[in-house]
Amino acid sequence: MKTKLKTSTFVTIMAIAVVVALYTLAPFFLVCINVLKNANGIVADPVSLAGASFNQLVTNLTNVVNNSNFSFWFAFGTSALITIISLILLALFGGMAAWVICRNKTAWSNAIYMVFIASMIIPFQVVMLPLISTFRDVGNFVGIPMLQSIPGIVFAYCGFGGAMTVFILTGMVKTVPYDLEEAASIDGCSYEGIYFRIIFPLLRPSVVTVTILNGMWIWNDYLLPSLMLGQNGKVKTLPVAVQAFVGSYVKQWDLILTAALLAMIPMIVIFLIAQRQIMSGMVEGAVK
Amino acid sequence: MDSVNPMKKAASLLLLVAGVALLGASLAMDCMGGGGAIYQYRGAVLIIGIVSFFLGLYLFPTMTHHRDIVNVIFLFPLLFTFGVTVIIPLVLGIFYSMTDWTGIRYTQFVGLANYAQMFHEVSFLWSLLITVLFVVFNMVLVNLVGFALALLCTSRLKGVGFFRAAYFLPNLIGGIVLGYVWQFVFNNVLVKVTGASLLTKTSSAFAAIIIVYIWQYAGYIMLIYVNGLVTVPGDVLEAAAIDGANAFTTLIRIKIPMIASTITICTFLTLTSAFKQFDVNMALTNGTGSVMDFMGQYLSNGTQMLALNIYNTAISKNSYALGQAKAVLFFVILACVSLVQVRISNSKEVEL
Repeated sequence: MKTKLKTSTFVTIMAIAVVVALYTLAPFFLVCINVLKNANGIVADPVSLAGASFNQLVTNLTNVVNNSNFSFWFAFGTSALITIISLILLALFGGMAAWVICRNKTAWSNAIYMVFIASMIIPFQVVMLPLISTFRDVGNFVGIPMLQSIPGIVFAYCGFGGAMTVFILTGMVKTVPYDLEEAASIDGCSYEGIYFRIIFPLLRPSVVTVTILNGMWIWNDYLLPSLMLGQNGKVKTLPVAVQAFVGSYVKQWDLILTAALLAMIPMIVIFLIAQRQIMSGMVEGAVK
Repeated sequence: MDSVNPMKKAASLLLLVAGVALLGASLAMDCMGGGGAIYQYRGAVLIIGIVSFFLGLYLFPTMTHHRDIVNVIFLFPLLFTFGVTVIIPLVLGIFYSMTDWTGIRYTQFVGLANYAQMFHEVSFLWSLLITVLFVVFNMVLVNLVGFALALLCTSRLKGVGFFRAAYFLPNLIGGIVLGYVWQFVFNNVLVKVTGASLLTKTSSAFAAIIIVYIWQYAGYIMLIYVNGLVTVPGDVLEAAAIDGANAFTTLIRIKIPMIASTITICTFLTLTSAFKQFDVNMALTNGTGSVMDFMGQYLSNGTQMLALNIYNTAISKNSYALGQAKAVLFFVILACVSLVQVRISNSKEVEL
């Protein structure tokens, strides 16, 4: 059905596409060339490669990584740990809850589902202040520190990510035929076994979607960790560390841009590896 | 099915009793305060108690109620975390907004005084105004740019995969990091073209935030539009072409009506995310910018959006109750606007 495009149209379209791509990629490009320079070189000429050298990159990287205000590896590890544990728990608990909600058509399961859906509109700002005081009080009361602790923040992410996770996974559970569960039940599979042996493996595509959506959000989140862990607390995630670092090195662009580069690299590497899954996951999450 | 296994029954009862005992013990310690060396382990006692209780419940030998027990155990973790992190703070937050809460305690109920106070605060009204402006600009611009990019990416382009990835890439980076990168771009690179940095004047700084926001978000919206556009059936387009429709007519008469639901999704997403914008605002300008005369006052928070205003009121100025009242208003506005938007879009979809 497609007619052949005129050469002039094709060239115009290509030209527009390239210009837009230059615009979206320019900041990344600027970061990449400027981490090769020292502070004076960056200010003197930020758009050319004048004064760029590989040795300077090594110097910048060493300066930032070894900086005690930034403590890159520690922040990186903390972020990775928090993200990974939260994602595993969300997928596991979210799947369990979605299955129970979907397979038990009672007033209760309906009410729980509606509350989850309705809660997705609640902005973080309205709960953040009481959240901190609640976590402080609960932590003091039961003797488990909830603030400035990794378990506490993982707990919070399970709470905040729960609604969206259940929403997407419920949609997937609905597509699994109930006959499958009945057959397993007749073959002697226990009720909880049905979930772990039959349903959860079938949910895989949606679990991937949910993991991507939650992962992007949790990894990049700034507000929640900055409030719960504190700006200068012992435990820091990468965005909090970048913010604290920039605050203490105003206008030292060699250090700031190198820190930004280090903070961007993990996400970009993951994107290059799982580009297709990430892009389709983001779309699916939105369309549902 | 086998009859009740006595071993299993004994284990179940033992675990249930142990669980209840440990729970009781830890609660007793919580309430009575520091007594004895075990006090510091009350958290661990509590957790072991909960686990033991649920394990006992799970092993409880009953045929009729096993399903219900498993249902409860499966729902509990998520409902518990959800309740503690969302529902309790929401209810408390609405209550605190009507007291003189300091972030730690409150002494008296003040009714709607906090709400009255924030409407007398000119800087807050300014934040409200520019947030509305920001949302409107973004909703229109991000959707237009995203849609145009989607058309571009569904046309017969060489290397579509590369372009899609390139447009989407900014969306991966957290707002804080890209805010600083763009601060560099505006202050050190673009300054050579613009003369003075865009971030120095309030109006141009506001434009700068919009530019960064489009840069970050348009690629994502584009992906959703692409997803919608590829569902437009080929034979419909073919029929239109045979009937003599040119590219523009096809776009207006066929493509746009057929992806109405996608447009709804995209406007909703841009609306709510622009409304909640915080990270870029904080990293790029931190809300600064002078306003010479707004309702007869000089303001220094020229680019401070609502979310940042709430944060600063509570955290920097330490007025927790006032900040919380603003947050509740923020929530109410967001809820109303989203509901209205979905209503309007849905009715449009039906018509088409």
